[in-house]
Amino acid sequence: MSWIKRHLITFAAIAVLIYMLVPNVIVAAFSFNDPKGKYNYNFNEFSTAAWTNPCGAQGICESLGLSLQIGVIASLAATALGTMIAFALGRYRFRGRSATNLLIFMPMATPEVVMGSSLLTLFLMLGVPSGRTAILIAHIMFCVSFVVVAVKARVATLDPKLEEAAADLGANPTQTFMRVTLPLAAPGIAAGALLAFSLSFDDYIITNFNASPSSITFPMYVWGASARGVPVQVYVIGTVMFLLALIVVMTGQLISSRRNRQVA
Amino acid sequence: MSEQSKGDLSLVALTKSFATFTAVHPLDLTIPQGSFFALLGPSGCGKTTTLRMIAGLEEPTGGRIRIGDSDITETKAYQRNVNTVFQSYALFPHMSVLDNVMFGLRRRGDKDAKAKANEVLELVQLGQVANKKPTQLSGGMQQRVALARALVNRPDVLLLDEPLGALDLKLRRQMQIELKRIQQEVGLTFIHVTHDQEEAMTMADSIAVMNAGRMEQLGDPATLYEQPRSTFVANFLGQSNLLRARVNPGGTDEMVTVRAHDVDLEVSREHLPDGVGDVWLGVRPEKLRLGESGGPNHLRGIVRDVSFSGVATQYSVEMPWGQELIVIQQNDGSNRATLGEAVTVSWAAQHGFALDASQDAEAGAELVDDHG
Ligand SMILES: Nc1ncnc2c1ncn2[C@@H]1O[C@H](COP(=O)(O)OP(=O)(O)O)[C@@H](O)[C@H]1O
Ligand SMILES: [Mg+2]
Repeated sequence: MSWIKRHLITFAAIAVLIYMLVPNVIVAAFSFNDPKGKYNYNFNEFSTAAWTNPCGAQGICESLGLSLQIGVIASLAATALGTMIAFALGRYRFRGRSATNLLIFMPMATPEVVMGSSLLTLFLMLGVPSGRTAILIAHIMFCVSFVVVAVKARVATLDPKLEEAAADLGANPTQTFMRVTLPLAAPGIAAGALLAFSLSFDDYIITNFNASPSSITFPMYVWGASARGVPVQVYVIGTVMFLLALIVVMTGQLISSRRNRQVA
Repeated sequence: MSEQSKGDLSLVALTKSFATFTAVHPLDLTIPQGSFFALLGPSGCGKTTTLRMIAGLEEPTGGRIRIGDSDITETKAYQRNVNTVFQSYALFPHMSVLDNVMFGLRRRGDKDAKAKANEVLELVQLGQVANKKPTQLSGGMQQRVALARALVNRPDVLLLDEPLGALDLKLRRQMQIELKRIQQEVGLTFIHVTHDQEEAMTMADSIAVMNAGRMEQLGDPATLYEQPRSTFVANFLGQSNLLRARVNPGGTDEMVTVRAHDVDLEVSREHLPDGVGDVWLGVRPEKLRLGESGGPNHLRGIVRDVSFSGVATQYSVEMPWGQELIVIQQNDGSNRATLGEAVTVSWAAQHGFALDASQDAEAGAELVDDHG
């Protein structure tokens, strides 16, 4: 009885972990299913067919490719822009600083439906055609906010004395930034970039407003397919994405723990 | 001599004003190459600001900074051959101790960076921890890394901003000796900023005492202590008894008499500022004797307080006009007094000093913080 008491926290942690991981486990399991009929809701028979032929469902790999492409470009652009904004906000006093600080939060606070529809209106007014470019602009816009928040938190903890020390030791402003500021801000920048990628890859609502028939992203493909029965390949891609995310996060953990615990 | 003075640091009317107030009033100072120089003053008197201007981290609002013949006033911090040991150490947390120490050499493309860095790490006794991260070290070790990181570049001037401020008393005493040894070994110019008068006096060849953005007095520790030229210096560097007095006309080339509370007292003429009539006559507590000493200077009073501290005993002797003089006597078996006893306090004429009476007698006294 007391053994149970002592390990109550462990049990709770395991229960929460199971609760969080069940969907991923189900997805992984059903990626090996050979469904009877068009719906992949009952486990019928073990099969690796979807794994050996992930592009087997029509249009799936085109949409995946488009989502990856948009995700990479959007997260890179948002990271570059957001990092610069975060440094400006964190380091300098200027006119409109507090207004910028507030406005940066707006895309995070605005309901996606509202933002999606208003962006569509804006693009129509400006004559930007729906499709890949419109989606990219929209994604960069909302990703920037998240990058700014992630990087700014990191910049706030940087000791400006370190940059003074670098200058004192003969580093010019570029060297100081490359060798001291950037490495110290890197964890925040990396976190911002990852967040931006997953937000972009995952986005459905805003994307849907600004897409054209030739720009079907992966989330749009899955949504469209769900009415007719989701192909098993979607489960395969879902499982792969989950594993990739797991690897990235674990690598990050490993690097930071090694940094903190490096012994001579 | 001309060879020697090539690397002297000179500040010429160096000034720094912030929006609402002036942190450093025009400051003129020459610091000889290779000397251990202390900038001493209470917190907020402008020491850090002065140091940051020399380092190039703060732009002066007036004046010039020269090292030898070259004027460095307009150059950027990274162009100056001046390095700083920051009060907070400011070690790069993402680099090993060795990389921290090599940082400056690498910026200059030094081929022997690693060998030089290791050599300096040996000098500060940190050879064993070269591959550790700064955060894994104790405060005392971090302090020495900061010192090594600056030293290794062999700067024209090494600036130390309260480098021992964060260490506990025992470690601080140890590091004072260590710093002095290192400075003598490397022969670089050290400018050591501190608010601890004892630290400044034990370490420095010469000291500039600063107060409220101005330099009060410049000199070697003994001169500053024996012949303070202001009440601020008299009180900030150790304790002083200050008696209100008026200079009597006449006197000899060596001696002058002053009248304090109806008693005539002698003071060396060289310890009297020119052309003043009203003075504070100052005597250090340990220069006072209980009992007659045969000289001309004696006052009578009553012992109001006795505190024994092992090596010495401190007495508080009340004068007829109410002022209490502090007398410190070595515990060498002589000159004991008890509470309430009527005693004579005496001192030699050359131990006194006179200061212009227009100054506040208490200046600087409240600013001394005792580190024991
Ligand atoms: N950036 C600044 N803006 C306004 N006042 C400042 C600034 N930096 C320092 N001061 C003021 O200048 C004075 C001297 O500061 P400082 O040189 O740091 O003194 P110290 O090092 O002797 O303690 C202080 O009163 C401080 O408040
Ligand atoms: Mg200071």
